[in-house]
Amino acid sequence: MDVRLSQEQQALRDSAAQVVDRLAPRAVGQIGDAARMATLDAAVAASGWWELRTAVDGGDSLASGVEPAVVAEELGRGLADTPFLGPTLAAELRRLAGAAPGDVTETVALDPALSSLARAFDGTSPAAVAIDARGSAQALLLVPDGECHRLARVELPAAPGGLDLTRPSVVLDPSSDVVLVDEPAGPITADDLARWTALGLALTCADLVGIMRGAVDLASAYATERRQYGAAIGSFQAVQHMLADAFVAMEGSRSITLHAAWAVDALAAPEALTAATLAKAYCARAATSVCETAIQVHGGIGNTWECLAHVYLRRSLLSSDVLGNAGASLMHVLVHHDLEAADGLR
Amino acid sequence: MDFGDSLEESQFRLRLRVWLVDNNPGLPTSSTDDEYWAGMAAWHRQLYDAGFFGMSWPTDIGGQGLSSVHEVIVDEELAAAGAPPRPSLGYLVQGILEHGSDDIKRGFLPGIVNGRDRWCQGFSEPDAGSDLASLRTRADLDGEDYVISGQKIWTSYSDEAEWCLVLARTDQDAAMHRGISAFAVPMRQPGIQQRPLKMINGVTKEFGEVHFDGARVAARHMIGAPGEGWSLAMTVVSHEREPGELGYVARYSKLVNDLSRRVRQDPGAFSAEQVRELGWAIVEVEMLRRHVQRRLSDRLNGISHGPEGSVDKLLMTSVEQAVGHAALAIGGIAHGGGDDTWLNAYLYSRAQSVMGGTSQIQRNLVARRILGLPAS
Repeated sequence: MDVRLSQEQQALRDSAAQVVDRLAPRAVGQIGDAARMATLDAAVAASGWWELRTAVDGGDSLASGVEPAVVAEELGRGLADTPFLGPTLAAELRRLAGAAPGDVTETVALDPALSSLARAFDGTSPAAVAIDARGSAQALLLVPDGECHRLARVELPAAPGGLDLTRPSVVLDPSSDVVLVDEPAGPITADDLARWTALGLALTCADLVGIMRGAVDLASAYATERRQYGAAIGSFQAVQHMLADAFVAMEGSRSITLHAAWAVDALAAPEALTAATLAKAYCARAATSVCETAIQVHGGIGNTWECLAHVYLRRSLLSSDVLGNAGASLMHVLVHHDLEAADGLR
Repeated sequence: MDFGDSLEESQFRLRLRVWLVDNNPGLPTSSTDDEYWAGMAAWHRQLYDAGFFGMSWPTDIGGQGLSSVHEVIVDEELAAAGAPPRPSLGYLVQGILEHGSDDIKRGFLPGIVNGRDRWCQGFSEPDAGSDLASLRTRADLDGEDYVISGQKIWTSYSDEAEWCLVLARTDQDAAMHRGISAFAVPMRQPGIQQRPLKMINGVTKEFGEVHFDGARVAARHMIGAPGEGWSLAMTVVSHEREPGELGYVARYSKLVNDLSRRVRQDPGAFSAEQVRELGWAIVEVEMLRRHVQRRLSDRLNGISHGPEGSVDKLLMTSVEQAVGHAALAIGGIAHGGGDDTWLNAYLYSRAQSVMGGTSQIQRNLVARRILGLPAS
């Protein structure tokens, strides 16, 4: 057992941090700046981060769950408004199905609550939302096939939008056709789906850890600068203790997330999924509270559109919901421990 | 990065697991009961004799000289077997290792590690709690000895201990932090009286108060140099704050496992709200398990005593108190009298945000030393 990042993982983290520090938005006014976003997209495309979960010979993934989690944490910290979660999860689906890599940029479609991968039953688009959809021409989803599922794709309409200002979603057009992904794509088993969900949960947890780091940094910097009663507000214990609690929640989240990211490939699929839901329950609950603290520390300014604090909160609310929020994840934990029979739980 | 065992680690784990089948002392649910504290000394010697104690400490003091991740394996297996946690002595060992002379280390550490000598810690005083540097117990040189006068409180195991690690003021004129020295004081002598304190869960074996009235300690039993007491105290308390050092994950795991069993035996008796409370405790314990693995892995780079200990202490406190709330929700209260085990587990959890430095002090340290927020 040695849960320190390897030298390669540290190098990956450092290069992700550099891209984020150079190209991610530093103010609300920079969000939507097409030139900056194009440069950021190009840097991410050149980095090979989208390919971390593509198949190598024999079908195994190029990298473990830890490497994309390391990248996701840095992107979350910097509010990087560039696709990563969607393309990575799409690549993982193709790998698990044994399909060829996509020939256009693509993401995944989830049910409207974002709690699971969307399923199409009659050849047309179900009610579903493609997440992290900017730049994606299509989204992957499932078509039930006996005990298993088939991988399918649907073209995406333009104009993504929604809650997260850095990773817009798009609602599927109900009239679009759902087309099965070509051979050699095979069936997706229940175990495949559990492992895919484990990766998705681990990556959203890593994003939440990054969001918490970024939000604590933002609020700490503001508390050092902002003066009232002739002193920096960060010198007041009432403010210090909120920020200390936020930092501590982030550190706990990071520890449980590292394990979930490692477990994606290292444990059997059901155990990987349980490790991921334990992490998601913890991180989703922590992240909401940490982002709310960041808003509170900013006072009135924190409640204005121009303050980055709400951009962190919005991003955290999306990541929290993707593949199961705190409550849904806690429910999974209870089922895993055979505790779900209690009165009124299900 | 690997959370899995190496071959050597998995062999060690298996050896411990097999040993536990025949050697689990079956003490009552942790630390809520005098019988538990009474049984801990024997448990310590049992673990030590079998080679399962002091895994990462040097071999010349009786440790096993292995990597810090072996402590994690011990905790996990103790938890899985429902055995008591390992005794919490790491902070004492680290403090003496770091500050004691070779003579002191050779003289005292083997007896601490093998469980032959029991120790207590005389730091806090009635008027020096969070503000430890204001302590007033004094030690005055008299020939070859120092003579100690004053009062200590919250002294764990003062009734059982043969030795006390005492902080006392040796220089009355020096600035607050500078005039303090540390001593290894023999407890069984006429100048010392101790009295157990009965805690809110009824336990009388854990905490005590100690009066020093002309107690004597040989000058050569000063640990570190004159005036080094504060720095030793900071080493000790920063270790005391780390859950990896204390091995509490095993205790929390045992509690949530016992509570889960209770729900599975009669699921219809519990509401969704009660079971969710248990679910959150399970999530919190899992977080701490992973956090301890991470922090003990960090020690492969060498031990440091940074402010991260305050982060660990706050995380550990949130886990202990979440488990305490689950104990109350699931275990319930026997209003008509009867088994108070779970109520007492809850009551005991309230001390975690006070002992070893209050949560408020830990937050001050995180805010100032990690986040770099300005002094007030």
